[in-house]
Amino acid sequence: MNAVQTPAAARGGAPYVRLEGLTKRFGDFVAVRQVSLDIARGEIFCLLGASGCGKTTLLRMLAGFETPTEGSIWIDGVDVTHVPPYERPVNMMFQSYALFPHMTVAQNVAFGLRQDGTAKSEIDGRVHEMLAMVQLDGYDKRKPHQLSGGQRQRVALARALVKRPKLLLLDEPLGALDKKLRERTQFELVSLQERLGVTFVIVTHDQEEAMTLASRIGVMRAGEILQVGTPTDIYEFPGSRFVADFIGSVNMVEGRLVEDEPDHVRIQCEQLGCMVYVDHGVSAPPDAPVAVAIRPEKIQLSREQPPGTDNLLAGRVTGVAYLGDATRYLVQLPNGFQLRVTAPNVSRREERFEQDDAVWLSWHPSSPVVVTR
Amino acid sequence: MHDRRSWFVLSMLCFGFAFLYVPILSMVVYSFNASRLVTVWDSAHSPTLAWYVELFHNSEIMEAARLSFRIASVNATGAVILGTLAAFALERYRRFRGRGLFSLLTTAPMVLPEVITGLSLLLLFVVLEPLIGARGATTITIAHMTFSMAYAIVVIQARLATVDRSLEEAAMDLGARPWKVFAVITLPLIAPAIASAWVLSFILSWDDIVITSFVSGPGSTTLPQYVFSKVRLGVSPDINALATILVLIVSVAVIVAGTYMMRRDQRRIRDAQVALGAGG
Amino acid sequence: MKPAAASRLGRWGVIALPYLWLTIFFLVPFLIVLKISFSNVQLSMPPVEPVLTWGQDHVMQLRLHFSNFAFVFGDRLYIEAFLDSLLIAAVSTVIALLIGYPMAYGIARAPGAWRNVLFLLVVLPFFTSFLLRVYAWMGLLGRAGPVNGLLLKLGLIHEPLQLLQTEFAVYLGMVYSYLPFMVLPLYSAIEKLDLTLLEAAADLGCRPTKAFFTVTLPLTREGIFAGCLLVFIPAVGEYVIPALLGGPDTLMIGRVVWDEFFGNRDWPVASALAIVLLVLLSGFVLLLQYVQSREREA
Repeated sequence: MNAVQTPAAARGGAPYVRLEGLTKRFGDFVAVRQVSLDIARGEIFCLLGASGCGKTTLLRMLAGFETPTEGSIWIDGVDVTHVPPYERPVNMMFQSYALFPHMTVAQNVAFGLRQDGTAKSEIDGRVHEMLAMVQLDGYDKRKPHQLSGGQRQRVALARALVKRPKLLLLDEPLGALDKKLRERTQFELVSLQERLGVTFVIVTHDQEEAMTLASRIGVMRAGEILQVGTPTDIYEFPGSRFVADFIGSVNMVEGRLVEDEPDHVRIQCEQLGCMVYVDHGVSAPPDAPVAVAIRPEKIQLSREQPPGTDNLLAGRVTGVAYLGDATRYLVQLPNGFQLRVTAPNVSRREERFEQDDAVWLSWHPSSPVVVTR
Repeated sequence: MHDRRSWFVLSMLCFGFAFLYVPILSMVVYSFNASRLVTVWDSAHSPTLAWYVELFHNSEIMEAARLSFRIASVNATGAVILGTLAAFALERYRRFRGRGLFSLLTTAPMVLPEVITGLSLLLLFVVLEPLIGARGATTITIAHMTFSMAYAIVVIQARLATVDRSLEEAAMDLGARPWKVFAVITLPLIAPAIASAWVLSFILSWDDIVITSFVSGPGSTTLPQYVFSKVRLGVSPDINALATILVLIVSVAVIVAGTYMMRRDQRRIRDAQVALGAGG
Repeated sequence: MKPAAASRLGRWGVIALPYLWLTIFFLVPFLIVLKISFSNVQLSMPPVEPVLTWGQDHVMQLRLHFSNFAFVFGDRLYIEAFLDSLLIAAVSTVIALLIGYPMAYGIARAPGAWRNVLFLLVVLPFFTSFLLRVYAWMGLLGRAGPVNGLLLKLGLIHEPLQLLQTEFAVYLGMVYSYLPFMVLPLYSAIEKLDLTLLEAAADLGCRPTKAFFTVTLPLTREGIFAGCLLVFIPAVGEYVIPALLGGPDTLMIGRVVWDEFFGNRDWPVASALAIVLLVLLSGFVLLLQYVQSREREA
């Protein structure tokens, strides 16, 4: 198992996969626009975006199914831009799994090794090793249609991994599974990746999937990567309105910078009818229009008025949704603007608010995110 | 209200199937009739196998049947090969120069009246005579291939469209070169359609009379040509015997194929249940 | 770049082989017909083209060529043959639709196992020789045949009717031969129909008969179009049925082309007739496509 390395994301080595100015046009349509990206060895990199954002085209260029219109792709120091898919050290797990329906599980897994002319005895050994790893021993004689969805997913994974690729591409790997199974499989996938040390590039539209799996996420829109960062970065420090809005739930209000100091800013927000105090600096010209994003779980509700004047609003509860682990409220301000607030249900007999209750809303000065784009 | 409607549908079904099958069954019945007048039942000497015996001793018919079988087999094989290539080109190569004309050429032979196809091919074969020689089995086969290919394309292309492209991409991703992908993935998956297209092309050729009459030469008489020249003069008892044999062969083939398909469907359902039972 | 070049070559071959075949054996022959029927210019060229060596009397043939189309359109016989063909094909199509729709409906709504059996029963005649199935009617309709026998026995007639070699026999043969072509597309259209639509119609107070005309029929229109096309197109150019079942006065155009060609050995007129028939049919197909696309937009 010479391809097995220790997880190298921590080592932060030289870029293992490098995309340079990658562009793909279909006629007049630009599917991917000037994407440059470095991915380290052993990383799980997630491309996250809505359907049609170009993430699948980007993945297909990595696999070799599409030739870039411009730019180049380097894997482990080799330019593979024009290498056909059957000669790339890259394997892919397809969204539909693409298991060959006329072959057994074992034949499916052995397919890639057989193309390389690997010796029969070695093929058998590696296929069984791989099937054991995905907990499918004893299923080797079955045909794909005799398997459940979860089993098919694991065969597809085994088939893609058995060639020990330098890079594994996963197209919506958990998309076809039901919710319970998806949660379990997410963790299995990560532990398998850690054991094998293969670099993963995952495409998904499901932000929860991206947050759980990824070491880094690239958020895509309209063929471009808007922001690259760890899940925490992306969630807590979104760089644009789109990213803030796309990841998780958010209250987004327009505002104007009225006080701009290196250690804090004040933003006048008409929609809230109050001043928002933020305890960090913002790189924007004074008086510039900005957007303030406040996550629903970062707003506190109380019946009594908290001390202070900044970041404080009065409102009335207009909607309550009890979700079990948390309760979601819709709170209307006197001017009619509505804010979403999420309160965790820490104790069973906690006081909860009800429809039409008058409440105070407040948040910590570190909570709002100010974005200019 | 509902009852009256289903009675109507049911009686139309019975009428329709009677309409379809009475003529066929009449040929079967009359084939055992001893009378040379075919439709006048000679109860004294019937049923008889005399016409079957005569049929097998009629060297002209047997020769025509052999020729038809040979032409139909070669035609079906050729049509399926060309049809597979054309279907692949139309289904997998979305854009190429002349695609519009190509797809027109692949469908037109189905729409064109047979007399026109036959006439035009004959005129071509007259021009080509110095190259391909006198008209005969070869020209008949070429003509049959040209129109049965169009049907083969429809059948194969329809199947190819349902083959998930990601299967071919997966094979390529795992290291198989394009020709290998076609041989080990695409071909096995479209095999049922290729088989149907072969049978269809065989039948079209085996059955054809109009186009064959235009492009055949003096030395080559196919079975339909023989039958046609004979029945033009009136009903003939040995033709009934021939029809019965053909109906028997086709029925057996259709029943076998039908049973096989039903078995396969049942097996699929069972397998799906196994998969569900396996869970997680 | 070796593999890329190889795959380009492969791709080229996949397209070129069938393309070449169809061009040589379908497009070119058709152009020859067009030339013989239509063009006079080539005929004045020296006879390098083998086409010109056919006629024994070259001058004679040249004059005929000039007047091919005038001849076709000038003769009542040809005009009537065209009109007769269109009429017979159209009426046969409508009759096939009237019989075929309830059949297809019955098969599509039959319980599971029955559906497969009935479907195969519709397909089976298609696989048995067309020629022999037409021939079967010669026996049934003959003067001493069982149809006349039955009518005599019932006392409906007192002497055998002339059923064979009549227009009636041609209609019968047409409907009979092409019925499976009508049933199959109708069947697949009706089978695809979402039954919950009919339940929704019933739920909204629509009676079954009305639901059939307002829901089922419009939604299976594609199948009706396809079925009618599959029957009408080959029926117009049909040769075997009028030749075996029709009388001397049933002049369908397929038969006329055949007779001009084999009987009178008048290849140019046969070619001209073929071209007119083709223009007529393509015009019809285009019209139908236009109507269909207009309906889809609406």
